Amino acid sequence: MRKRASHGRRRRRSHVVISLAPAMKRRTFLLAGLGATGALVLGWGLLPPRQRITPSAPLPPHDGEVPLNGWLAIGTDGHVTAYVPKAEMGQGIHTALAMVIAEELDADWATMRVAHTGIDRIYNNVATIVDGLPFHPDDDGVIRRTMAWLTAKSMREVGVMMTGGSSSVKDCWEPMRLAAATARAQLVQTAARAWKADASDCTTANGVVRHRDGRTIGYGALVASATPLASPGTVALKAPRDFRLIGTAQPRIERGDKARGRATFAIDVRPAGMLHAAIVHAPVLGGHATRVDDTKARAMPGVRAVTIVPPLRGSTGGVAIIATSHWQARQALAALDVTWDDGPAATISSADVTRALETAVAADDGFAYHSVGDATAALDGAATRLDATYRAPYLAHVTMEPMNCTVVVRDDGAECWAGTQVPGLARDAIASVLGIDAARVVLHEQYLGGGFGRRLETDVIAQAAHVARAVRGTPVQLVWSREEDTRHDFYRPACVARFRAGLDAQGQLTAWLAHSASQSVVRAYARRHFDIGLPGIDKTQSEGSYDLRYEVPSVRVTHTHVDLPIPVGFWRAVGHSHQAFFTESFVDEAAHAARRDPVDFRRVLLANHPRQRAVLERVARESGWGTPTSPAPDGAPVARGVALHTSFGTTVGQVVELSIGPDRRPRVHRVTCALDCGIAVNPNHIAQQVESGVVFGLAAALNGEVTIDTGRVREGNFDTIRPLRLPEIPVVAVHVLESAGHPEGLGEPGLPPVAPAVANALFALTGVRLRTLPLRLPDSVPLPVTPAAT
Amino acid sequence: MITITVDGTRHELDVDPSMPLLWVLRDVLANTGPKFGCGQALCGACTVHVNGAATRACVLPVSAAQGKAITTIHGVEGPVADAVLAAWDQVDVVQCGYCQPGQVMSACALLAVNRAPSDGEIDTALRGNLCRCGAYQRIRAAIHAAAERLTGPGAGSGSGSVRGTAG
Ligand code: FES
Ligand code: FES
Repeated sequence: MRKRASHGRRRRRSHVVISLAPAMKRRTFLLAGLGATGALVLGWGLLPPRQRITPSAPLPPHDGEVPLNGWLAIGTDGHVTAYVPKAEMGQGIHTALAMVIAEELDADWATMRVAHTGIDRIYNNVATIVDGLPFHPDDDGVIRRTMAWLTAKSMREVGVMMTGGSSSVKDCWEPMRLAAATARAQLVQTAARAWKADASDCTTANGVVRHRDGRTIGYGALVASATPLASPGTVALKAPRDFRLIGTAQPRIERGDKARGRATFAIDVRPAGMLHAAIVHAPVLGGHATRVDDTKARAMPGVRAVTIVPPLRGSTGGVAIIATSHWQARQALAALDVTWDDGPAATISSADVTRALETAVAADDGFAYHSVGDATAALDGAATRLDATYRAPYLAHVTMEPMNCTVVVRDDGAECWAGTQVPGLARDAIASVLGIDAARVVLHEQYLGGGFGRRLETDVIAQAAHVARAVRGTPVQLVWSREEDTRHDFYRPACVARFRAGLDAQGQLTAWLAHSASQSVVRAYARRHFDIGLPGIDKTQSEGSYDLRYEVPSVRVTHTHVDLPIPVGFWRAVGHSHQAFFTESFVDEAAHAARRDPVDFRRVLLANHPRQRAVLERVARESGWGTPTSPAPDGAPVARGVALHTSFGTTVGQVVELSIGPDRRPRVHRVTCALDCGIAVNPNHIAQQVESGVVFGLAAALNGEVTIDTGRVREGNFDTIRPLRLPEIPVVAVHVLESAGHPEGLGEPGLPPVAPAVANALFALTGVRLRTLPLRLPDSVPLPVTPAAT
Repeated sequence: MITITVDGTRHELDVDPSMPLLWVLRDVLANTGPKFGCGQALCGACTVHVNGAATRACVLPVSAAQGKAITTIHGVEGPVADAVLAAWDQVDVVQCGYCQPGQVMSACALLAVNRAPSDGEIDTALRGNLCRCGAYQRIRAAIHAAAERLTGPGAGSGSGSVRGTAG
């Protein structure tokens, strides 16, 4: 209650002006909130964690299970099912959330199971949206707190159920703990009543209630024999020091099924009578089919239907064929004669994109996401000035499981099998394609064969609904080829950034100016999912730059959005994926200009950021920073590079050790990582996610590039789009710092530092500063022959 | 008619002889253990054993598999498979898991002919298996752990030296 009153006061005191067009749909508001801080909504019901316990409809009944609230059910055989609203795409979230439930419930870990919740507003993702507000992390003023609170409140009401933004544990931490602690209290009271005892004489552990006189009853027997009493008014959560499970290394719950091919991905569902579909998209991004001659295709074996697929949810248009097997559908695609309308992207190639971004960087100061002091004046007065331009290309997500979705359309509604990071939006996409109410769509969520942001999109889901209409009553599985998957992605935007810095005579940074330009992802996403145009700003493209932790007396960080007809989307680590490369490379440039050790230089700039400083010091120590390196197995000299970056609440420091191979490609031997992610729920999967982020980021740093030729993506299959392979994999060592902070993000923060750490090591090795991704050593650079120190 | 033997079961199928084995398995026999990743022998997600050798099912016409023993992740068994799967659990290798049936099949094929592979031999044998989640370091560790289970002093007892808890 106290909390509510203080929020109320804060709201009255604030001067955030809110205006709404009355006819706007509710969902419009939240996107306005995403993109522009001045357009949030007042007046909706408050939904603190307590109110996230009970969904509007009870959990679907399962045999022999008694649901206690919207997050967990107890089996009469004693097992406990954690109901999770988050998609498992490799990040280990099902295990982590089951641990959170088991901890507060005092369940027996060996009996834990995991199931997906339905779609309900109590599961809407608040953490990501609050994180989306464009405030500097050091700003904890009234306005920021008010905006965070208002946003959280409005998101609960109308928001989106979403797995993304490295937010899952953060988002579910409070409601799930509260739900489990409440259920535990219910069980204790129910046992106490049966025993005619006092609840305060009962304790719980490993799925058993124990009276101090020695009587015990298991949770399963308890729910089998008595209806659990109503939830108590208040419950106490465990203090972190009392955690028994959280903080211990637990293996992934579903690992056995996945290794044995028993886990079902969306592409593996086989509902009775299912047909298979393949699609060919217009070759130019944003194009569509205007006419198709399918005479030959229809005559091919197994073919059942041919259908033009219009652009849906931001997708490029295409033509799909339904057949008895995917292979037959694919063979028949080659026999189609399609006339394409190319659309506006046909005149665009990669060079045009770079030019447009360079022009924006040169011409416009952009929106200032962060500004301290008079940076321009400080730069003018500096003893040494640095000025450098950095570039990053478009990137594809390249999930191992290609885009696919299965839908059956019936007279009374539709059923869908999909792997998605946005189940609510997926259901809406099907409903809108079919022109039916979303309540008539049943969605069966499956494991995701990789997400990385690609499955925040609903294009293939909408397409599958459209295609399945051609054979009503029969399920159809639409699967894209690898080439279609690469060529019709929503890409990490290409970005160009100009950085300038001033140093005084003592080598201290006095001025820091960054101006970048790219397309806006939030704007593009809002347009294709909510059909609204956002005017405002999009901090996701400046993040990793404007939220600079280094303490420089005058700073100005700006970003300009450039509209281009290339589809862009959320890619693992979003803006951090390239802004960290720019920022951490440029800070290294400043360190070298000041003739200072790169670690020392950074440490001095973090006087008021003890968490960042501690991570930096730890990674320096663990990596042997400052000690001589031994040569690579082929005798080539090895050098180190460091980078430090905070994203999604987690700070990661990395030191890369690399040499250069005879083919002039960097050979990364070792990546030492240290991180502070708040309370470490499952250290095992924290390490796994950092290992994953390093490999993903390294692939982008060394190979990652999607190039456009007259609106067509050149890359296609794995011969041209090149994730790393086993022989290229460094040893990744992960050190997690003890922390009592709120648990923070993990799916993404391991990625951003690796590219700048590689670039910084290459500089240490060759004296050449590479400012364009992917990192390629120019032929003019001689290969180092003498062993290099650090 | 095409006759193939998959995981010990004979199937007589009325399919185009040029249809790749992967699509016969997945779409005709509903065996979804082998995955589709690229269709061009570039990723290894579809790896099965044909007469014991790791083979990319996406480029093998079903006619070429006639008369041979086809083993998928659902049928792989024996001491090597047991050791590999136990090691996979122990090291907690998998992330999204999509590439993993292919990785496991390649690892089994390697250990069947080389009980103590070096890092270099592991890299060579599995370089055709992509993992976008980057589980590679644990894949390498799990293959060493499996080798140890097969050859080490505790062979057969199921013990291993790589960190991680099962269960
Ligand atoms: S699907 Fe066969 S190797 Fe990729
Ligand atoms: S575990 Fe996801 S691709 Fe390998």
